[in-house]
Amino acid sequence: MTAALEQPLLQVRGVTKHYGARLGCGDVSFDLWPGEVMGIVGESGSGKSTLLSCLAGHLPPDAGEVRFDVDGSLRDTLQLTEPERRRLHRTDWAFVHQHARDGLRMGVSAGGNVGERLMAIGARNYGEIRSQAADWLNRVEIAAERMDDRPTAFSGGMQQRLQIARNLVTGPRLVFMDEPTGGLDVSVQARLLDLLRGLVREMGLSAIIVTHDLAVVRLLADRLMVMKDGRVVEQGLTDQVLDDPQHGYTQLLVSSVLQV
Amino acid sequence: MTADQYNFAYLDEQTKRMIRRAILKGLAVPGYQVPFASREMPMPYGWGTGGVQVTAATLVPDDRLKVIDQGADDTTNAVSIRKFFERTAGVAVTEATTEASIIQTRHRIPETPLREGQILVYQVPIPEPLRFLEPRETETRKMHALEEYGLMHVKLYEDIARHGTIATAYAYPVQVEGRYVMDPSPIPKFDNPKLESPAIQLFGAGREQRIYALPPYTQVVSLDFEDHPFDPSRADYPCAVCGAVDSYLDEVITDDAGGRMFLCSDTDYCGQRQAAGHTGTEGAP
Repeated sequence: MTAALEQPLLQVRGVTKHYGARLGCGDVSFDLWPGEVMGIVGESGSGKSTLLSCLAGHLPPDAGEVRFDVDGSLRDTLQLTEPERRRLHRTDWAFVHQHARDGLRMGVSAGGNVGERLMAIGARNYGEIRSQAADWLNRVEIAAERMDDRPTAFSGGMQQRLQIARNLVTGPRLVFMDEPTGGLDVSVQARLLDLLRGLVREMGLSAIIVTHDLAVVRLLADRLMVMKDGRVVEQGLTDQVLDDPQHGYTQLLVSSVLQV
Repeated sequence: MTADQYNFAYLDEQTKRMIRRAILKGLAVPGYQVPFASREMPMPYGWGTGGVQVTAATLVPDDRLKVIDQGADDTTNAVSIRKFFERTAGVAVTEATTEASIIQTRHRIPETPLREGQILVYQVPIPEPLRFLEPRETETRKMHALEEYGLMHVKLYEDIARHGTIATAYAYPVQVEGRYVMDPSPIPKFDNPKLESPAIQLFGAGREQRIYALPPYTQVVSLDFEDHPFDPSRADYPCAVCGAVDSYLDEVITDDAGGRMFLCSDTDYCGQRQAAGHTGTEGAP
């Protein structure tokens, strides 16, 4: 066993968030190991997006710790100074939004969108930035001649793939995804899932994927967490949870999937 | 109201103290935008209300003031601001760069090199260099505080991707002493190398309520890429009136058949050269 596998990449302990008197998510704890993909499923309003925002540092939780492996030691990201946290967001972390518009600069060309993270960490050679951007556009199957077009001229699926390229270009170790396939039609979804699965396996990424689509987690996730009313009601290996659901809500969720 | 009923240089003494404090802070932190309580001035926003307030706070009775607008001493904006201070402060005025102790400028740096002891006051429309990329003021302040300037290069990247070269020709962003990224006001990028100067340079933005400053001999670097270095470009002609080949030129359309001529935008510099006997193709013999 290598040293990297002796401790988790991300350790979450007792994360709780209230919206006034109402519970957003309550007392969530789990470990995420390097190279592992974790799925979080649940119905709308179950607190899965709140949890993801708390983990990614977009929302301050009321209680709990989110420890991330920084240079070999686990550090509570909620205690990091703001420059350290923003650096983490530019380098080791990535966030794929449900709506590509939230994660892209719509007034900047596709190449510029991908290059932004490189320039943010100090790349100052135009030729190198451009060739890396071209390489990543190619990997997410965006044609090279679209490189100088703005994302406003792209279809929904292309925008989502562009957002993924923009996030992965700096080689992050942990990717947060909020409904990455939401709002796309099924054939485009299938392509995007294929692409994501390839990239995750190839780069050895760890990822946390929030979705309400069980097919997505079946394809991508190693482990699964089921949430209801802000609480985790069941977690385990994906196939185990989906094929032999124990909790009543999970059983309902699995049986609700339409069979074609 | 007659001229002697104005306080010296129009503004009241408390306001001038407040502006001087902002100027001193700006000089202490070169390139940092200091907020100040900008006053209503008897002129519209966009006509130099920021520059006028900085000049008013800096003037003393034995100063000699020069005002230029796009390099020229004789355009509306320059003439009216010069008259304004002649009337409200009673200071001496001049059109010669070498004789002036304070120069208020709109969008140019004089061709004649400035010397120690002179003060150059810029009129600034939008002081925030990141504004067109990031509309949130809270975010741009944070970016300045944490030195996150990658976004500025995204703008230059877009220029090259679209035009093959950095097409930003004015208000070209600079980094001051390796720290703050600053908008040098809409001067042509031809003037950027002159920002490293023995004179004090003060920038006033009236509507946006910001003052920033460059102390003498401050390092000012124009941003660029390693493989697309900064180029202070200039129209490739001599001045038609004085024959200068080292000055920034205005293009003047002379007829509707494509006729044009190029002449110095700095009227004082052009005049000095003509007085010294230089002539161009269109100059009077």
